[in-house]
Amino acid sequence: MRGMQLSLNKTQKLRLERALEQLESLSSKSNSDASVTIADNISVNCEDAILKGHGTTELDGHVVATLCGVVERVNKLVYVRALRARYKPEIGDIIVGRVIEVAPKRWRLEINFSQDAVLMLSSMNLPDGIQRRRTAIDELNMRSIFEENDVICAEVRGFQHDGCLHLQARSQKYGKLERGQLLTITPYLVKKRKQHFHYLEQYGIDLILGCNGYVWVGEHVEVKDPMLVEDQLNKSEQPIADSENSMSSADEVDTCTPLETRQNICRTANAIRVLSTLGFVVTVEVILAVVNLSMSLSLDIHEMLGPEFYVLVAEKEAERRSSLGKKR
Amino acid sequence: MEYVSPEGLRLDGRRPTEMRQLRAEVGVVAKADGSASFEMGNTKVIAAVYGPREVQNKGQQMDDQALVRCEYSMANFSTGDRMRKPKGDRRSTEISLVIRQTMEACILTHLMPRSQIDIFVQVLQADGGTRSACINAATLALADAGIPMRDLVTSCSAGYLNNIPLLDLNYVEDSAGGPDVTVGILPKLDKVTLLQMDAKLPIDIFENVMQLAIEGCKAVANYIREILLENTKKLEFCRGV
Repeated sequence: MRGMQLSLNKTQKLRLERALEQLESLSSKSNSDASVTIADNISVNCEDAILKGHGTTELDGHVVATLCGVVERVNKLVYVRALRARYKPEIGDIIVGRVIEVAPKRWRLEINFSQDAVLMLSSMNLPDGIQRRRTAIDELNMRSIFEENDVICAEVRGFQHDGCLHLQARSQKYGKLERGQLLTITPYLVKKRKQHFHYLEQYGIDLILGCNGYVWVGEHVEVKDPMLVEDQLNKSEQPIADSENSMSSADEVDTCTPLETRQNICRTANAIRVLSTLGFVVTVEVILAVVNLSMSLSLDIHEMLGPEFYVLVAEKEAERRSSLGKKR
Repeated sequence: MEYVSPEGLRLDGRRPTEMRQLRAEVGVVAKADGSASFEMGNTKVIAAVYGPREVQNKGQQMDDQALVRCEYSMANFSTGDRMRKPKGDRRSTEISLVIRQTMEACILTHLMPRSQIDIFVQVLQADGGTRSACINAATLALADAGIPMRDLVTSCSAGYLNNIPLLDLNYVEDSAGGPDVTVGILPKLDKVTLLQMDAKLPIDIFENVMQLAIEGCKAVANYIREILLENTKKLEFCRGV
């Protein structure tokens, strides 16, 4: 297993192997036939009308793979889905990134892509929330919004003509992420779903599964709806309300995250680490199942990264998938 | 000195056309995008690939293709006597260049413009054929990182001692002073990307030795393909649907 520097004793090794064999038998036969390596021939039925997609090339009239992965066919399109590649952005994806540079009128973010992504100043809400043209003063105050090494959540807006990726963070749910942990997992373990922001109420934590493989686990932050705030305040009361807001934010900074929330954050983060090392898909249900498993066994948080828990999670996952298979 | 006994056995008990034992493992460096370790007999090599990622040096950025960088280094403890200077000496620079050119020939760099691919190869134990082991390890690491390639690149060396072509020389046979031919091929396309030789050989014998090395490359290619296929299948069924 990648990244697993654990020494399993003999029984643990046997149990892990058995669990993996069970997973292997559960995976559909067609999937195993579709795995290819580089320069393998891909069998196509009607050679003329096939569209050759990503990861394929033509050689002597045969379609040949250029990546190691699984062959996917959609109508006439044949492509190879690589497993451990870098993130491939699509418009509308929710991603989590880290600021590496503050440049003129933009921030450069590191996401798990072949180039750095760019977040323009104009694609970011100003702190006072007013929609207006960004002036030179805004540009000089960019550092007060985001600095280097800040973790930001944003959405992919599109590509420029030179292949550069542009992001936007115009909604309240995007922006700087504080009080939490950032985890890196391989992007293929995060499936594209409708919801990437999850609020785990029983633990009081926020979970953001970025499509680029960066996962944020942090203390829950209430998303204030700006529309409601504006309706409630009169124009004359606005200066007083602003000063009240600034005082409450200063208070927030001083209050610490409670110990139990921090423990829950660590527990969830360790659950994600275990799942990514074993190579299982990371979804909210699976994460919650692993956290519940660790709590039911009343394991200490650091024991979750031990060999016994790895083997237990593998066995649990094998059970879960076989029960899913029986339901169908 | 006799490198092939009258019965036809070499110093380590192999036949002249027999390769050393191959062992490969994918995913040994957790932080790297792709990594592999490759062993040919006693020669052990680790390769790590980072990329495609943002170019560190903007002056070298190419608008239409990816920049491939390679660094070869030998660990201090890899040879019999502790090495003084693991990187930066002439041999390491030459081998880095050779590996870079070999891999660049098969990576589809035009698919990743404005980015950089770093290949780091480190020799942990040197017993002859380090160049070939490095190229094989780099191929595995690049495939593991999901970088599109035209074909696998495999490499093997062959020599000519006691008037017999020998496949896959180890350190003792290499330091005998005879010719040492290193060949790197693209097995499916049947093209040669690397051909190096020390010492001299008559042209007809050279053809035989080169052919033997190409056979060795093809055997390595089969082994590498098996390893990659097994790894892909394992990742896929672990991931599930």
